[in-house]
Amino acid sequence: MAAHLKKRVYEEFTRVVQIPHEEAPAKKLRLSKPSKSAALHIDLCKAANSTDALQYLLQFARKPVEAESVEGVIRILLEHYYKETDNSVRLKIASLLGLLSKTKGFNPDCVVDDVINTLGNEKSHQVLAQLLDTLLVIGTQLPEGAAVRRRLVEVACKLLSDTYFGVRNKCLQLLGCLGMVDAPLGKDGEGPSSSIGGVRDVPNIISNYFTDQEPRVRTAALKAMLQLHERGMKIHQIIYEQACRLLSDDYEQVRSAAVQMVWVLSQLYPESIVPIPSSNEEIRLVDDAFGKISHMISDGSWMVRVQAAKTLGSMLQVSPHFLEQTLDKKLMSDLRRKRTAHERAKELFASGEFSSGRKWADDAPKERLNSNTVNLIASGACGAFVHGLEDEMFEVRIAAVEALCQLARSSPSFAEKCLDFLVDMFNDEIEEVRLQSIHVLREISTHITLREDQLDTVLAVLEDSSRDIREALHELLCYTNVSTKECIQLALLDLLKNLNKYPTDRNSVWKCLKFLGSRHPTLVLPLVPELLSTHPYFDTPEPDMDDPAYIAVLVLVFNAAKSCPTMPALFSDHTFRHYAYLRDSLSHLVPPLRLLGRKQVYSLDSLDSGCGSGSVESAKLFLQQSLNRVSTIQNLETPGAPDLLNFTIRDLQRLGELQTELAGAADFCATYLRCQLLLMKALQDKLWNMAVPLCLKQNVTATAAAQQILEETYKLEFLYSGLESRQVATVHHVRLQAKALQLVLTARSRPGMDLLISSCEKFLQEIECFQRMFLTQLPHLQDSFVDKLLELMPRLSSCKPVELVKILQTTLRQSGLLQLRLPEQIHRATATIIEPTGESDNPLRFTSGLVVALDIDATLEHVQDPQDKVKVQRVLKASAKM
Amino acid sequence: MPEIKVTPLGAGQDVGRSCILVSIGGKNIMLDCGMHMGYNDDRRFPDFSYITQNGRLTDFLDCVIISHFHLDHCGALPYMSEMVGYDGPIYMTHPTKAICPILLEDFRKITVDKKGETNFFTSQMIKDCMKKVIPLNLHQTVQVDDELEIKAYYAGHVLGAAMVHIKVGSESVVYTGDYNLTPDRHLGAAWIDKCRPDILISESTYATTIRDSKRCRERDFLKKVHESVERGGKVLIPVFALGRAQELCILLETFWERMNLKAPIYFSTGLTEKANHYYKLFITWTNQKIRKTFVQRNMFEFKHIKAFDRSYADNPGPMVVFATPGMLHAGQSLQIFKKWAGNEKNMVIMPGYCVQGTIGHKILNGQRKLEMEGRATLDVKLQVEYMSFSAHADAKGIMQLVRMAEPRSMLLVHGEAAKMEFLKGKIEQEFSIDCYMPANGETATVTTNPSVPVDISLNLLKREMALGGPLPDPKKPRAMHGTLIMKENSMKLVSSEQALKELGLNEHQLRFTCRVQLQDPHSDSDTLHRIYSHLKSVLKDYTIQHLPDGTVMVESIVIKVSSSAEDANTKVLLLSWSYQDEDLGSYLSSLLKKGLPT
Repeated sequence: MAAHLKKRVYEEFTRVVQIPHEEAPAKKLRLSKPSKSAALHIDLCKAANSTDALQYLLQFARKPVEAESVEGVIRILLEHYYKETDNSVRLKIASLLGLLSKTKGFNPDCVVDDVINTLGNEKSHQVLAQLLDTLLVIGTQLPEGAAVRRRLVEVACKLLSDTYFGVRNKCLQLLGCLGMVDAPLGKDGEGPSSSIGGVRDVPNIISNYFTDQEPRVRTAALKAMLQLHERGMKIHQIIYEQACRLLSDDYEQVRSAAVQMVWVLSQLYPESIVPIPSSNEEIRLVDDAFGKISHMISDGSWMVRVQAAKTLGSMLQVSPHFLEQTLDKKLMSDLRRKRTAHERAKELFASGEFSSGRKWADDAPKERLNSNTVNLIASGACGAFVHGLEDEMFEVRIAAVEALCQLARSSPSFAEKCLDFLVDMFNDEIEEVRLQSIHVLREISTHITLREDQLDTVLAVLEDSSRDIREALHELLCYTNVSTKECIQLALLDLLKNLNKYPTDRNSVWKCLKFLGSRHPTLVLPLVPELLSTHPYFDTPEPDMDDPAYIAVLVLVFNAAKSCPTMPALFSDHTFRHYAYLRDSLSHLVPPLRLLGRKQVYSLDSLDSGCGSGSVESAKLFLQQSLNRVSTIQNLETPGAPDLLNFTIRDLQRLGELQTELAGAADFCATYLRCQLLLMKALQDKLWNMAVPLCLKQNVTATAAAQQILEETYKLEFLYSGLESRQVATVHHVRLQAKALQLVLTARSRPGMDLLISSCEKFLQEIECFQRMFLTQLPHLQDSFVDKLLELMPRLSSCKPVELVKILQTTLRQSGLLQLRLPEQIHRATATIIEPTGESDNPLRFTSGLVVALDIDATLEHVQDPQDKVKVQRVLKASAKM
Repeated sequence: MPEIKVTPLGAGQDVGRSCILVSIGGKNIMLDCGMHMGYNDDRRFPDFSYITQNGRLTDFLDCVIISHFHLDHCGALPYMSEMVGYDGPIYMTHPTKAICPILLEDFRKITVDKKGETNFFTSQMIKDCMKKVIPLNLHQTVQVDDELEIKAYYAGHVLGAAMVHIKVGSESVVYTGDYNLTPDRHLGAAWIDKCRPDILISESTYATTIRDSKRCRERDFLKKVHESVERGGKVLIPVFALGRAQELCILLETFWERMNLKAPIYFSTGLTEKANHYYKLFITWTNQKIRKTFVQRNMFEFKHIKAFDRSYADNPGPMVVFATPGMLHAGQSLQIFKKWAGNEKNMVIMPGYCVQGTIGHKILNGQRKLEMEGRATLDVKLQVEYMSFSAHADAKGIMQLVRMAEPRSMLLVHGEAAKMEFLKGKIEQEFSIDCYMPANGETATVTTNPSVPVDISLNLLKREMALGGPLPDPKKPRAMHGTLIMKENSMKLVSSEQALKELGLNEHQLRFTCRVQLQDPHSDSDTLHRIYSHLKSVLKDYTIQHLPDGTVMVESIVIKVSSSAEDANTKVLLLSWSYQDEDLGSYLSSLLKKGLPT
C-alpha cells in the first residue's frame, strides 16, 4: 500500500554515533528529603480550616515524593487523618495514601494496619469507599502477601453490607482483585457454611450481589467476577442462570458486563447442557449463550450492541444450526426446537409465515399454525447479524462485520452464507465500514467463490472515489475465485473502466490482473481471441503498446498463459513482440512463457529459463566467486587490482539487475568494492611521494574520495536490511580508513596545530569507539588496518600528532583489503515516489505560514517500521513563490 | 380500580386519519388528528361529534399531541381547532411544527383550488391553528398541568417523528405514532427506555411482514432504476413530499455520484425546496452519518437532483422523477403517471404503502385498466414495481419495541384488522400481556393497578436498619413494625409510639406470663443460677443477665424461680414477656419445659 510517509534513512547519515558515558548523579534528591514531610506537616498544622488543608494537600499531590520519604509522609498524613473532622480532607488524605503506596521502591506493608484501623472508626461512606480504594491499591502492590490479602478480603466482606453503593462497589472490586485464587476449590459442596471458617467462598459472596438493588453494585459484582476469572479462578457454572437474567437488566452497564460474563461461562463450559425454560428440552450451554448474546444485538443501548457483536465473533464452538440462524431473519420460530423436532419445524418454515416486503400483497397471513409451535422473540440468534449489519451506529456495524469474519474463517459453510451480507456492506454509507468489509471478504476469500451477481456488486465499488477502497478491492480481487468466464470479463471490463477513470491506479490494477489471470487460466482461455481482438481471417491493427489498458489485458492473458500451454497458439505476431517487450520492461508482472517454435523469442526464452529456478543458485555462486576473486588482492598496491575491482563492480551491478532476488546483495557488494577502489586510488603511490604544494590537485581528489567513501559507508550501514554485525564491522572499518585518510590529508595541508591536535584526538576516540563496539568481531579483522592500529595503540595515544599521521599513512598503505562475507539476506530499502511527479503543469499554490496537504503516493520496499521511520523532505525551488 | 380508556376515532383497525382519544387519570388526551386519503367526503376527518355533540372541544380535552407531520396524522388539525373549536395546547416536535403548516397548506390548495371544494379550512385557519402549538424537545418532560406530563422519544419514520410517553400519577401510556426501528439513509432508529407503561399504543402497518435487510432493498431499488434508465425509460417514483422522498433522494444522489450517471433526476417542486431547507436545518434529528459529515457537506444539498417543471414530462430520453403525492391519488404524480402509463419502457416504483381506493393500491394489485374521471379508461402498460421503503416497523420491529418498553398491555392501531389479529396473537403469546385492537369508536378499557405511595418516617426507617442484621440482604424480604396512618388523602407509616402520640392514645402493654414446673432438687438460687448458665450456653447471641434481685433477664424476658408450696423439689418458674418478644418467649418456655441438663 502506498503510504504518505516520511523517509528518515537519509537523515540518519548525519547521525553521529556517540554513547553517553556518564549519567547525571542523583544527588539532589537527598537534600530535599527531610524537608518534604516536615514541610507537609507544617503546612497542615498551619491550615486554619479544612479548605486550606485541602488546598495544601492538593498542591502536595502534584509533586512526586521519593521512595525513602514516603513512610514519613504517610505517618504525618495519618496523624492528620485522625485529627481531621472534615470529610473532604479525610477523603483526600485517603486518596493520597493510595497514591503514595504506588511509589516505586516503597513497601506499603506497614500502612495496611493503620488503614484497616481507620476503616473501623470511619463514619463517612465516601471516605470509607476511598479507604477501600487505598487498600485495593496496597493489596495489588503486594502480590506475595497472602496473609495481608486474606485480611483485606475479610475487611471487604464485612463492609459489603454497607448502605452506600460506593462502599459496596469498592468492596466487590477488592474481592475481585484480591480474592483468593488459590482457595481450595473443593469447598463448593459445603456452600456458605465455609464462609464461617476462615477461608471465604469469594465467588459465592460476589454472586450474592448480582441481585443488588443498585445497578452500579450489580455491575461491580459482575466485573469482580470477571476479574476473578482473569486471575485464573475457576468460575462455577451455577451463576450462568443469574448472569442470563442480568442480560435483561434495566441498566446498560449491567447488561454489558453480563454479556461478558455469559461469554466467559460459555467459553468455560461450552459442552454442558442447560434446560430451556418453558419446555423440557436441553441444549448445549454455548448454543444457549450464543442465542442470548445474539439477542442483545437488538438491545436498546448501542454500547451493549457493540459488546454483543464483538463477543459473538469469538464464540467459535457454537453449532452450525445456530450460526446460520444469525443470517436468517425469517426463521422466526425457535430453532432450538428444530434440533429435536425436525419434522414439525420443517413444515413451519416451509409455510413461510411472514412476507419479505419485497412484493406487494404477499403478506396476507396464511393459515395460522398451532400457536405453541411458533416462538417469535425468544428465538435469539435469529437474524442477529442482519440486525447488526444494518444497525444505526457504525461502531456496531463494524463490530458485526469483524465478528462475521472471525466466524466465517472457522466455518466454510457459514462463509458461503454470509457472503451476500458482506457484499451488501460494500454499499454502506460510511467508508470505514465499506473498507472493513472489503478486508474481511479478502480474509475469508479462500472459502468462497463469487457468483456473477455478487461480483457485479463488488465491482461496482471500483468506481468509488476513495483510493483506499479501490486498492483494498484490487487486493480482494487478487485473492478471489470466480466461477465463470463472464465473471472474468466483467472484472476485466470494470478494472479497465477503473483504470480509465483513475489512471493513478495503474500499478495496482495491473497487479490485480496478474493474479486474476494466474488464478483462472481456464476461464481466460475462451476469452483470448476477444481480448486480443484477433480475427481468424483478417489482420487487425496492432494496438498501441503504451496504452495502459492494452498492457492490462496483456498482463491478464500472459499470466493465464503461463499455466495454459495451448494459449500462445492464439496469439498473433505482434502479441509475441509485445510479450518480449513487456517481459523486459515489466518483468515483475509478466511471467516467463514457454513459447515453442518461436525463434525470435526463443533466445529470450532460454535466457529467461536460465534465470528461472536454478539460476538463483548459479547467480549466488557467481557472486561468491567474484568476491573470492577480489579477496585475492592482498594489498592495495597489487598491480591490476583496480582493473579487477572495476570489472567486478560492473559484473555485480549487472547481476543485480538480472537477478532481483540478489539485487540487494549484489548492490551491497558493489558499493563496498567501490569504496575499496576509491580508497585504493586515493592511496596511489605518486601522490604521496610528491611534495605537498605540487600535488594540490590530487589532494583535492583524494579529499573528495574520502568524503565519498564516508557517504557510501553510511549508505551501506543504514540502507540495507539483514546485515549482521560482522558486515557492520566491515563497513565501519572502511569508514575508519576513510577517516584516517582524511586526517592524513588534513595534516598534509598544514593546518594550525590546534586543529590538528583536536582532529587527532577525535580519531583516537573513534578507534576506541570501534574497539568497544565490535569487540566480538575483532578476531575476524586479523591483519587489517584496525588490527595494526590497535597494536600500536599505546604508542599512538602518547605520540605527537605529526608522528601519528605518519604512522597512519604507512599503516593505511600497508594494510590489506578486508574480505567481505555475505550474510543470508540483504535487502536494499528503496522508496519511489509515484505521485506527485516533479513535472506538474499546475503547481500547488499555498499561503506561506499555513499548512497545505500534499498527497504522496510512494512505493516503499524493505523498509522496516515504515510508520515512524520514513520521512519526506520537500525542497522548495528558489523560483517558487513564497 | 382506576382505568385507562382508549377510543380510536380513526386508525382503529384502519390506516388513515389517526385520531385516538385516551382518558387517563381523569385527563383526556387526543393523540394525532389526521385525515383519510381514501375519502373525499365527511369520512375524510375523524368524527369529533363523538366527543361532544355541540360546542367546542376545549372543555373536553386537556391536550392534543401530534406525533409527526404526515397528513394522516395531522391533516384534520386546523379543522378541529378552528372549525370545530379547540383552544387548548397542541404539542408537537420542532421539525413537525416547522413542516406541518407547509403540508397543510399544500393539502388545502389541492382540495380547495384544484377540486373546488368549499367549506374547507383556510390559510388563516392553518396559521391560527399553528399558534396554539407548543413545541417539544426529545426526552424533555413537559408538564401540561399539575398532574399530566408528557415526554417525547425519537421515532425514526420521518424527520421530527416522535413517540410520546404520557403520564398521570403512576399511570402511563406510550403512543408510538409511526415509527421505524431500522435506520435508513437519513434517519436513525426509534428508541425508548424501559418506561413500563400501562398501555403501549403501537402502529401495526406491517404487522405480518418481516422485511429483508434494508441493503437488499436499496440494492434492488438502485438496480431497477439503473436498468430502466439504461434502457432509456422514464422512472416515476410517487412519494410524499417529505420523508421517504429525502431518503430516496440521498440514495439516488450518492449512487449517481458514484456511478457517474448522467440521466437527470427531477423532484417535483413546490414544497420540496422549503422542506429540504428544514431538513438541512434539523440535522440533530437525522442519522449518525449525516450528523457527522454535515460540517464538510450537508447531505441534503443535492448536486444531481433538480427541480421539476411540468413541461419536462414530455422530454425525450431517460429521466427519474419524484412526484407527489405518494399514493397516486391526485396531483402531479397522477398527471405524470397518466402521461407515461402507455409506454412499457417506463416504470413506476411505489416505494411505500398505498391505502385502499387509491390508484396506487389498484395498480399494485395488478389492475391493468383504470377508470378515470369522465368514464375514460387508462391502459397501464408500464412496469409497476413495489419496494417497501416506507419506514414503518415490521413485525420484528414492533416486537423489539415491546421488549424495549416492557408495557403491561398493548393496543394496536394504524393497521388492517386481519393483520392486527395475527400480531395480537403473537404478542399475547410471546409476552403474555393483554393486547387490544379496538375498531373506530370502540373503547378499550384497561384496569391499572397503581402503586399507592406511602410516606415513611425517617426515624422508623433508620431504626429498622439499625436493628436488623446485615443489610441489604437481597434474597429475603424484611418485615418491619410500624403503624399506617391514613389521614386527609395521604398515608404515612410511622413508628407506633409516634402514632400513639399523634392520635393522642395511651399505650397499652401486653405481657404474657407463663409458669413452668421443674423438678430440681437444688435451692432456689442454685436453680436460678443453673438456669442462667444453661440459657447462657444455649442462647449465645443474646444478652442474658443474672440480676441480684433473684431474676434472670434474657433480653427483656424475666425469669423468676420459686419453690412450690407442696414439694420443695418442684420449682415453679415464672416467665414473663411482652408481646414484642413473643418469639423468644415461647421458645424459652418450651426450652425450659424440657428441663435442665443434669
